[in-house]
Amino acid sequence: MESSEATNQKTYLQHKPYKGILNWLLSTDHKRIGLLYLYSIMAFFLIAAIFGLLMRIEKIAPGETIMGPQTYNGIFTLHGIIMIFIIVIPGLAAVFGNFFLPLLIGARDVAFPRLNLFSWYIYIAGTILAIASQFVGGGAPDTGWTFYVPYSAESSTSVIWALTAAFVLGFSSILTGLNFIVTIHRLRAPGMTWFKMPLFPWSIYATAWIQVLATPIIGITLLMVIAERTLNIGFFDPALGGDPVLFQHLFWIYSHPAVYIMILPAMGVVTEIFPTFSQKPVFGYTAIALSSIAIAAVGYFVWGHHMFTSGISYWSRWFFSFLTFIVAVPSAIKVFNWVSTMYGGSIDMKPPLLYAISFIFLFMIGGLSGLALGALATNVHLHDTSFVVAHFHYIVFGGMGFGFFAGLHYWYPKMYGRMYNVRLANIAWGILFLGFNLLYFPLFVIGLQGMPRRYFDYFPEYHTGHLLSTIGAFILIAGIVLMLYNLFYHVKRGEKASANPWKGVTLEWKVASPPPHENFDEIPVVTEQPYTFKSTESDS
Amino acid sequence: MSHDMRDDIGSKMGMWIFIFTELFLFGGLFLVYAVFRAKYSADFHVAAEELNVFVGTMNTVILLVSSATVAMSITAIQRGNKKLAMRFIIATVLLAGVFMVNKYFEWGHKFEYQLYPGSEVMKNMEHGEILFFSLYYMMTGLHALHVIVGVVLLAVVFFRVKQGVVNSDNYVFLENSGLYWHLVDFIWIFLFPLLYLVT
Repeated sequence: MESSEATNQKTYLQHKPYKGILNWLLSTDHKRIGLLYLYSIMAFFLIAAIFGLLMRIEKIAPGETIMGPQTYNGIFTLHGIIMIFIIVIPGLAAVFGNFFLPLLIGARDVAFPRLNLFSWYIYIAGTILAIASQFVGGGAPDTGWTFYVPYSAESSTSVIWALTAAFVLGFSSILTGLNFIVTIHRLRAPGMTWFKMPLFPWSIYATAWIQVLATPIIGITLLMVIAERTLNIGFFDPALGGDPVLFQHLFWIYSHPAVYIMILPAMGVVTEIFPTFSQKPVFGYTAIALSSIAIAAVGYFVWGHHMFTSGISYWSRWFFSFLTFIVAVPSAIKVFNWVSTMYGGSIDMKPPLLYAISFIFLFMIGGLSGLALGALATNVHLHDTSFVVAHFHYIVFGGMGFGFFAGLHYWYPKMYGRMYNVRLANIAWGILFLGFNLLYFPLFVIGLQGMPRRYFDYFPEYHTGHLLSTIGAFILIAGIVLMLYNLFYHVKRGEKASANPWKGVTLEWKVASPPPHENFDEIPVVTEQPYTFKSTESDS
Repeated sequence: MSHDMRDDIGSKMGMWIFIFTELFLFGGLFLVYAVFRAKYSADFHVAAEELNVFVGTMNTVILLVSSATVAMSITAIQRGNKKLAMRFIIATVLLAGVFMVNKYFEWGHKFEYQLYPGSEVMKNMEHGEILFFSLYYMMTGLHALHVIVGVVLLAVVFFRVKQGVVNSDNYVFLENSGLYWHLVDFIWIFLFPLLYLVT
């Protein structure tokens, strides 16, 4: 394939058909939309992280420290809603999916560019509703992000605003997923068959199907809760013949697959990183590609493991527990393949690889503790303890978060045409990694000892664990600030990056950094497998 | 510019995926229906007696005919008969209007008898009957919302045809609107027996 570095097109950042900020607000360029999502997600991430820090400060010592129980309830609810619906669900798919999916498959844009921009506006509308829920009428919602009935049907706080926000954000998610599915079906470069497609697009493809097929269920469920509150329909109210457990089913039918919406793109990102920094073709290409689809398919049928203590039948518990163990298999397949990709490669320990390796480490802890929760007997003991909190933060933050940071450090030179300070990035990674483990690991231990989740207070015997955890939270925040400082500072001031600073072989490295407005002067013709490194070609 | 390049197959694929999401949206309600129908089948039987099968049948026929007219408008535009296509779109919108008027009287009639969630009459009914009427209003209400969206879509497409933007070479917008309209019809075909004919 010819390198098209000597492009005569303007870069996407120089292409400015409108005036000033309108170049961002009206541009249908997938790369600019990707950055719009990146900036909005980063801003909300900082807000929600500060809420998290406030919760940790409250728990630095037993008793009331800085806030009372009602404020605490409001803060953990908003922390959850922002983190889940505004950050991790759109997260990697909206940022890197938008920016890099077309580049990786050799397309000039997504299938529906205007719909793509529209999805961002819907997303922003949803975020405004979520923020507004804090300030209007009855005060901050206090139901937790799960909106469990009967409390969500009775709480006098502004639950309806939060429900509507989640509904609107879901709509944005559906449209993004739809766009990506059609993009992958219709716009792959000539010669790029399904099994010549890089693995990040594969994971985006699996994610997009979950977004499309699972999100409507939460949509209708949220509408039912709204109707429950406003019209007394009684679906979830036992006094009228309804069933609160039915809500839990409907909620988790979406919200468990949503976990895979979060993690699959992160898995896709690290799958791009391992071959590049090992200079070696990915091990088990087909297995990784199909395991994404397997996770999406099986992940649809494990929702009941959130409800083992809710009073569902023995056989349904057995079934959901069994499938929970099954869904761990494709994830493990990926882990083995990533490690095998590095085996015997010429490993280059740059920041993206550091993040990717720590992704494996944290994801393993998160995943294996998930099996402890998926087993019926241990679940009864661990249900609703801080063990669960530790588990899903290891998956969502340790997995999706570190995957996000890995992608950010990997594709940063491509996105901005500049390079961040590598040494500073390594230091920030070290602080982040240390802070992360110090923050969340003690929660496993005190959870095992019986510390419940969502409590603003605790018995003195849990003090050591909570204290360590709060210290970890401060270290983690320091790491995040340092990392973001490094990235933002060097957007304009960093050294100029070449088109291919990491010696990657996928299509995004064949265009200039930053990419031209239309990506490719000429759409490339693909003839080889995606991870064909020239130096290793003679071996195979 | 290259990404203005038309891809009719891509557009239709997008529409089909969107239709799947709509089916799943209603799927949530069908699931709730299934659960409560199984639990309170006798109550559902009694409550469904209150629905007017004649009006329901009328509306079913109306929607089926409207699906046919929208399909005919697509055939008309394919053959380059702009006028006929526009007439068929108008016919579809009018039929949708008749459907909505029927619906209005149907709902209004029930409100007169206080057959709606939270009313005094409802409070004395069996659990299953309450849930049946809640489902009735949720399902037909959400469906009516989709009818309105469909009418708006068809109205837009009407003017596009009039302007000649949608023509015999480029009619995917009309086709997609037609697909959406068939979805509206399709969901009704399931709502009708589940709500009106369960007795």
